[in-house]
Amino acid sequence: MTMTGAAEPSRLAVLGAGHVGPVIARLAIRAGYPVAIATSGDPEAIALITELLIPGAQPRWASDAVADADVVVLAIPLHRFPDIDPGLLSGKLVVDAMNYWPATEGVLKTFEDAGSSEIVARRLAGSTVVKALNHIGYHELEDRARPAGAPDRRASGVAGDDPAAVGTISGLVDQIGYDPVRLESLRAGRALQPGGPVFGAVLTVPEFEQAMPADARSLA
Amino acid sequence: MTYTFGLDTFGDRNGDADGKPLSHAQTIRNVVEEGVFAEHAGVDFFGIGEHHTEYFPMPAGDVVLAAIAARTERIHLGSAVTVLSSDDPVRVFQRYSTLNAISSGRAEVILGRGSSIESFPLFGYDLADYEELFEEKATLFAELLQGGPVSWQGKTRAPLLNQDVVPHTESGPFPAWIGVGGNPQSVVRAARLGFSLALAIIGGPPARFAAYSELFQRALEKFGRPPLPVLVHSPGHVAATDAQAKAEFWPRWQDIITVMAPERGFAVPTEDSFDRETGPHGALYVGSPETVAQKIATNLRALRATRFDLKYGMPGLTHDQLMTNIELYGHQVIPRVRELLS
Repeated sequence: MTMTGAAEPSRLAVLGAGHVGPVIARLAIRAGYPVAIATSGDPEAIALITELLIPGAQPRWASDAVADADVVVLAIPLHRFPDIDPGLLSGKLVVDAMNYWPATEGVLKTFEDAGSSEIVARRLAGSTVVKALNHIGYHELEDRARPAGAPDRRASGVAGDDPAAVGTISGLVDQIGYDPVRLESLRAGRALQPGGPVFGAVLTVPEFEQAMPADARSLA
Repeated sequence: MTYTFGLDTFGDRNGDADGKPLSHAQTIRNVVEEGVFAEHAGVDFFGIGEHHTEYFPMPAGDVVLAAIAARTERIHLGSAVTVLSSDDPVRVFQRYSTLNAISSGRAEVILGRGSSIESFPLFGYDLADYEELFEEKATLFAELLQGGPVSWQGKTRAPLLNQDVVPHTESGPFPAWIGVGGNPQSVVRAARLGFSLALAIIGGPPARFAAYSELFQRALEKFGRPPLPVLVHSPGHVAATDAQAKAEFWPRWQDIITVMAPERGFAVPTEDSFDRETGPHGALYVGSPETVAQKIATNLRALRATRFDLKYGMPGLTHDQLMTNIELYGHQVIPRVRELLS
C-alpha cells in the first residue's frame, strides 16, 4: 500500500516503544508514512528494537522526532503522560492512543473525572488532540488491518473536537487498514474507552455503529 | 536441538460433573495429583502461576510444587509466573531454592507480571510503580541467583550489605526466565539481566513473536552474553477430537471471559473470535492431539523456541477432563511434536 497524490506523506512521530507504539509504527510505515519513534530516553536504547521490529523507522530523541512531525502518536502508559512537557507538543496534531484502564494499570486520580482524552487535551491546550487507535488490542491491530474495500475490513473509531483534525486522522486510519468511524467530539470518544461498547472488539462498520450509544453516533 | 514440554496451571477452580464449583482446597489437592500425573505422562515441566482470585485460588504455588516434588523424581517444577514486583526477591529466591533442595535440583522460576494485578493492592503496592519495582527486583534476583554474599541498594526494599542468603543451591543457579507479553523493552531487559525468555502468547497470531525471539538473541550478543533459550507459554485444551476439545473448553472460556470482561472493561469475545484463536493462526491450542501437536511444532519452529508450556485447564473444567488433557498431552502430543521437529 502506498500513498497516492502529489503531496508529501505526513511525517509521524510515535512516542512509546512498548506494546502499542511499534505496532502503530509498523502499520504506518507499511502505508508509506515516514516514521520516527522515541521514548523518554536515549534513542540508542531502542536502536535494536527499531531495527528488528520496526524496520524503516528512525529511532530519535523525542524532541527531535516531534519537531519534524506533522502527527504525533502518544503510545505511552497513561501514568507516564504527566511527565510529558505540553510545550513539546504545542501546535501539533496529536493522536491519543492511550487508555485509562484501571483494571490493568491501576487507578489514576487525575483521570477519574472525565474521558481520558478530554483530560489529555486539557493538559495539551496548545495541541489538537484526536482519540484514535486505542480500542483494538495491540495484539490484533496488525493482523486485522486490510486494504480499502476488502470485504472483511473492520472499523476504527476517530474522535475529536476539531473536524479538520478528525478528517486528517481518519485518512491515516484508512491508510493503515481500517474504515474510520468519526465521532464528533472527544467526549463522544468515551465510547472507545475501556468499559465502552467497542473496547477490545474488532467490528465491521455496521456492527460498530450499532454498538455505539445514540449520543455518540457517527456524523458521517 | 533438544526440545522440552511443560504444563502450566493457575489453579483454575475445578467444577464437578454438574458444573458446580469445587472448593478451593479440593482444587489445590487436585493440582497436586495433576502435577504428579504429569510426570507419569512424560511431561518435562510443571508450572504454577500466581493468582489471587476466587476462580484462580493459587497465591502460594511454591507450597503446592513442594508437595509435587515430594512425590516425583524427574519432572521440573516452577512458577509460571511469580509476580516479582509485589513480592520480595529475597523471599522468592529462598522459596525456590528450598524447592530446588527438596526436588534435588528441579526448581525453575518464571518472573513476570501475568495478566492479573490483584497482588498489588493486596500487598500494598502501586501499579504505577510497576516498572521501577520490576527493574530493581529482577536485578537483585539475578544477583541472588549467582549465589554468594550479595550487596544491593535501591528504592524498593531494604539494602543488603554482603548478605549471605540461604539455602545455597548445590549446583549453581537454577533456570530463571522473564515472562514477556509483547513489550519489546522487556525482551531487551531479560537479555541485559541474563534471564531466559518466556513469551506469553495468549491472543493474536503467534508468528508475530518471531521478531521478539530474534531481538532477544541479538540483545544477548550486544550485552556479551551467550545464547539463552526461548519458551512459549499459551493456553489450550486437548481432548480426543477437535470437536470434543472445543465443546469442553468454549463454554468454560466464555464463562470466565464473561466474568472478567466487565472487571477488565473489554468486550466479551464472540464464538467467531474463539474460532480465530483456535485456528491455525491463533493463540489457543484447543483440539485433538494431532491438531495441537501440529500447531506447537509450527510455532516452535517459527519462533526458534525450544520449550512449549501449555497452560491447561480453565475454571469449571472437571479434574477428570484435566487428567485426560494431561494424559493426551504427555502420551500423544509431545512425542508427535518431537517427531515433527526431528
